[in-house]
Amino acid sequence: MEHINWIHNIPFFSIFLAMFCGIITPLLKKGSIARMVHTGMLCVVFCMSVLLLLNVYQNGESFTFMMGHFPAPWGNELRAGPLEALMAVTFSAVMLLTTVGGASFIAHDVVPEKQNFYYIMLNALFGAMLALTYTNDIFTAYVFIEILTIASCALIMAKGTAQSMVGTTHYLVISLLGSGMILFGVSILYSITGQLLFPQMKEAIIQLVASGQYTFPLLVVTGFVFIGLAIKSALFPFHSMLPGAYQAAVPTSSGVLSGLVLKSYILLGIKLIYSVFSVDVMLQLKIIDILFVFGLAGMVMGSVYAMRETRMKRMLAYSSVAQIGYIYMGIGMASRIGMVAACFHILAHAVTKSMLFLCCGQMVEDSGGKEQIYYLRGAGFRNPLAGIGFTVGALSMVGVPLFVGFISKLYFATASVYAPGKMAAVLIVLGISMVLNALYFLPSVIAIWTPVKKENETQTRISVSPAFGVCIVAFVFLNIMLGIYYRPFIRIIEMGIILLQ
Amino acid sequence: MTHLLINYYEAASVILFGIGFMNLLLQNNLIKKFIGLNIMDTAVYLFLAAQGYITNRVAPILTHGIVDADYYINPVPAGLVLTGIVVSVSVTAFSLALVQRLYKHYGTLNMDEIMRLSREREGE
Repeated sequence: MEHINWIHNIPFFSIFLAMFCGIITPLLKKGSIARMVHTGMLCVVFCMSVLLLLNVYQNGESFTFMMGHFPAPWGNELRAGPLEALMAVTFSAVMLLTTVGGASFIAHDVVPEKQNFYYIMLNALFGAMLALTYTNDIFTAYVFIEILTIASCALIMAKGTAQSMVGTTHYLVISLLGSGMILFGVSILYSITGQLLFPQMKEAIIQLVASGQYTFPLLVVTGFVFIGLAIKSALFPFHSMLPGAYQAAVPTSSGVLSGLVLKSYILLGIKLIYSVFSVDVMLQLKIIDILFVFGLAGMVMGSVYAMRETRMKRMLAYSSVAQIGYIYMGIGMASRIGMVAACFHILAHAVTKSMLFLCCGQMVEDSGGKEQIYYLRGAGFRNPLAGIGFTVGALSMVGVPLFVGFISKLYFATASVYAPGKMAAVLIVLGISMVLNALYFLPSVIAIWTPVKKENETQTRISVSPAFGVCIVAFVFLNIMLGIYYRPFIRIIEMGIILLQ
Repeated sequence: MTHLLINYYEAASVILFGIGFMNLLLQNNLIKKFIGLNIMDTAVYLFLAAQGYITNRVAPILTHGIVDADYYINPVPAGLVLTGIVVSVSVTAFSLALVQRLYKHYGTLNMDEIMRLSREREGE
């Protein structure tokens, strides 16, 4: 008993707590109590994750947690290091700010007697994201991918309008194609390696590659798993599910889905690259180059689609496609610094896009439910806080210094120097993509700060709920803080990636 | 070719997976789409079950008092299949509930038709 560090129980306990809150929420009659339980759970998980992060960062260690104390090849394991802990901190912080700040949307858009169901789904979603972050077992990962899929579909559908049902169907079908591919890949992988835990699988794969056995099945497996993850995280050619779903969903759902859910699949992909397939094998099989090319295509095409869009939420959805492209480009560079940039961009996009969706939802609501950018003119004056939040988010996404988006783009550019043969492509596409970002974000920012001359109705200043205000201020603060004080985070990510290898 | 004949279970499961996958992707009728999902998942279970079976061995249940592992088949794929079945049942239940609501609202199961109606009502 004396050598067990109690901090090591945190990963399991966070997942368990989230799932447990999901289970008890149906017993609560009122949505407001469910909200309090959810918020409390997020606060507890946030504090525990910060504790875990500090502990693993100070010790410079990563550890595996045996579930039920069954030793390696039989038991199920969780693994936590600085990278996982940092992601858990980000997920819980952003989720907390988004759901607290977006509580008024939930109260407004979801039928009152179904509000506690909405919180069940949020709890399940959060538990599944944490499980994907911490898991060390590939089949557990698959199961939680499916839980995440169902929970996110339910969140999109929560509004109950016909449009949201169509959006959900689209999202569900595409997601199921992705998870089907992952499941098949995992099955073949099990049959050629005979293992399910990451470290044992890695050994088996290295042996297979060295002996030249099963080269073709290994290629198929890697393709299936990574294309499956790419479909689920809406990499460019598979992005068609995003706009319809995000447009129709409650803004809170859109923020959580775009900011966090897509990222948890990517994080799983990064973990798989390092702790299962290993970078050398990925390079040998050329799968990582495919991800790189798709990422580059996504960076440009996402922005092009976003420019053609007149409705703000769809524009933000396409902008997510472009940002996911950035992350895959970083992964595709297959160098450590590229991966650091990708991980930092996960963080940057999470804190920015959730805020953008919340502000956009608020401005649309203030402008009579019309989401065309034309009708949103002057929305910044109607609700200054949402306007400022949107402006900060847009500037950050464009890559203006002082904001977090700039740092990740800086690191992407730096990383390109260390990626032989890919440098020109990265720099050119990065430049084009940033110009395109500016071309669609700045007109919308200008639009919301354009005063509307003929206003027949009296200018009633719309009252902002205090929770929304506090959360937007916190988001703006996070954006600027991460944009200036970014070095510790880069160090944590770097340490996490070194420990993952 | 001989590989295909020896591993005929796996070959069949890959063909079924393809059928299910394309059905889920391309089928217009929503019910048939989700039948495609089930075909796809079942194909994977067939694959896993075929991987777990070892000729001339029995299921790992202690009836004759033999504890030697060489007497039994691999039980792990069976566990994976069970987990997978639970997942696929819940996904199917969710999708069918969704289809039901869509049908109540639009009066059709054709996905193209639903998309068209949805766009018209949105007023594009």
